[in-house]
Amino acid sequence: MRVLVLGEERSRIKLIDEETVRHVAWLARLEVLDDEVEGFVEQFNRILDYFRKLDEAETEDVEPTFHVLNLVNVFREDEPFPPISPQEALKNAPKSERGFFKAPKMV
Amino acid sequence: MGGAKLHAHHVAELVRRGDLSAYEHVCQILEKIERIEDKVRAYITLIPDIALEKAKEVDRKVEKGKRLGKLAGVVLAIKDVISTKGIPTTCGSLMLQDYIPPYDATAVERAVAEDAIIIGKTNMDEFAMGSTTENSAFGPTFNPWDLSRVPGGSSGGSAAALAAGEADISLGSDTGGSVRCPASFCGVVGLKPTYGLVSRYGLIAYANSLEQIGPLTLCVRDCALLMEVVSGHDPRDSTSIPTEPKKYQDVLEKGVEGLRIGVPEEMIGEGVDPLVAKEVWRAVDTLSELGAVCEETSLPSLEYSLAAYYVIAMSEASSNLARYDGVRYGFRAPDEGMDWSSAYSKTRRLGFGPEVRRRILLGTYALSAGYFDKYYLKAMKVRTLIKRDFDEAFKRFDVLASPTMPILPPKIGEKVADPLSMYMCDIDTVPANLAGIPSISVPCGLVDGLPVGFQAMAPPLGEELLLRVGYALESQVRLYERIPVV
Repeated sequence: MRVLVLGEERSRIKLIDEETVRHVAWLARLEVLDDEVEGFVEQFNRILDYFRKLDEAETEDVEPTFHVLNLVNVFREDEPFPPISPQEALKNAPKSERGFFKAPKMV
Repeated sequence: MGGAKLHAHHVAELVRRGDLSAYEHVCQILEKIERIEDKVRAYITLIPDIALEKAKEVDRKVEKGKRLGKLAGVVLAIKDVISTKGIPTTCGSLMLQDYIPPYDATAVERAVAEDAIIIGKTNMDEFAMGSTTENSAFGPTFNPWDLSRVPGGSSGGSAAALAAGEADISLGSDTGGSVRCPASFCGVVGLKPTYGLVSRYGLIAYANSLEQIGPLTLCVRDCALLMEVVSGHDPRDSTSIPTEPKKYQDVLEKGVEGLRIGVPEEMIGEGVDPLVAKEVWRAVDTLSELGAVCEETSLPSLEYSLAAYYVIAMSEASSNLARYDGVRYGFRAPDEGMDWSSAYSKTRRLGFGPEVRRRILLGTYALSAGYFDKYYLKAMKVRTLIKRDFDEAFKRFDVLASPTMPILPPKIGEKVADPLSMYMCDIDTVPANLAGIPSISVPCGLVDGLPVGFQAMAPPLGEELLLRVGYALESQVRLYERIPVV
């Protein structure tokens, strides 16, 4: 199938290394354990290698499509309506105290 | 009532006429669930008591001669990414295992207002990321046609519930094929509407420039019926198209005579299982016999669609899923004495499964300094090329057709080890999401007892064309008569 051939036919260039995976994990605030890094490096290189396909597309002078609709600046009347109650808003919070969300220590 | 499964439009008609009690109908479906849900595992949450209460309410309305809605007594299964007030909505994730939305999605609100009866929330790939429903924190769903195979994804629970007779109708979501893929693999009908036609209010976001809520149904008429209910403008979704719902059922019997149907070679050639392609070509011949003018065509930029789709979807996912911080809602890891950054990172590692983490990390990479132009901006430009190709094609054709999925439903476990090979399965479904156009999957045949889906795509707001083509094809194939009895 085309599926498997594509990945194998193309030359393997290492686009991402362990350090990059750790940096990206930090940016995303998404912990990656030491024994997971190597696996991510391998998978990401395969996937990014496939994304290189985009380089072949001729896009000079092509505007990006950020949105498929032609809608811009959708306004509504600025009319107040009752919000959900603080109790309701806190219902799904894992930790709350005196009517507030309780976050981890910031500093 | 044994024998063939009633379709939703039949149920609603019988209930309205007083010939079928909604209560008894719900009981029957609950019995079916009792009997087979252990094997299929279509649901994450079931709400039998609430459903029976609601059914009694519907029956009381009938007795009192009150006006009944279009979905009177119809049993509705809702993908667990669509918010339901007071009913857990997990997104197939540990992160939202205990989350109970304080409000209903607009699509849910509209279905309930038409007297639909919610039976439960269906299983899915975590945060709708996947094409097999194996990426659910609650375990996989099994394909009712062959329990050793996947039902497709990410709305796999919705499609399996229908095929197994555990619901009459379902709402799923489609970001890159998540309604159409499971519809194809489970032998039911699935529609991804034009971007903006169905409100996304209450749909938990994955990649918001691509996704739409869409119906999964046993037949094309049910699909038209559900679209009449859920489509139309919603001020609570700023990307909602200012349009009124159409009477989709009225166009079904118009036929396909004179319709110009193009088959893009990029979607049916290399990489498509020849047995699948053969069934789709047979469907094209059927439509030709019914008077459509079918012809092969080419949309050259489609070769970039899969890469562009995954760059955009992952980038948007990394941004959307930043909201899961364990503070306002969702899972929170024990964080005594930890600083905010470490606590947040740990909560997210433990709360998200492997595929979600992969996409957040890759999306973060694609958006990070120095790579934005290379990946995200480039993908957005390629999206323009794809849209242009569709615009050109729709000058010559009313509808474009292809297989929905390039392969038959894989075995459970076959795709999990290799993410890229799973992504490749979406090759024929992602173009419609990139271009924002509507697309339908209708069962067109069987290969070795497994269903094959026929995909049709139309210009923006061309749902009526798709439903006509689907209805014409379905009337010939009648696969719904062969839905398995698990």
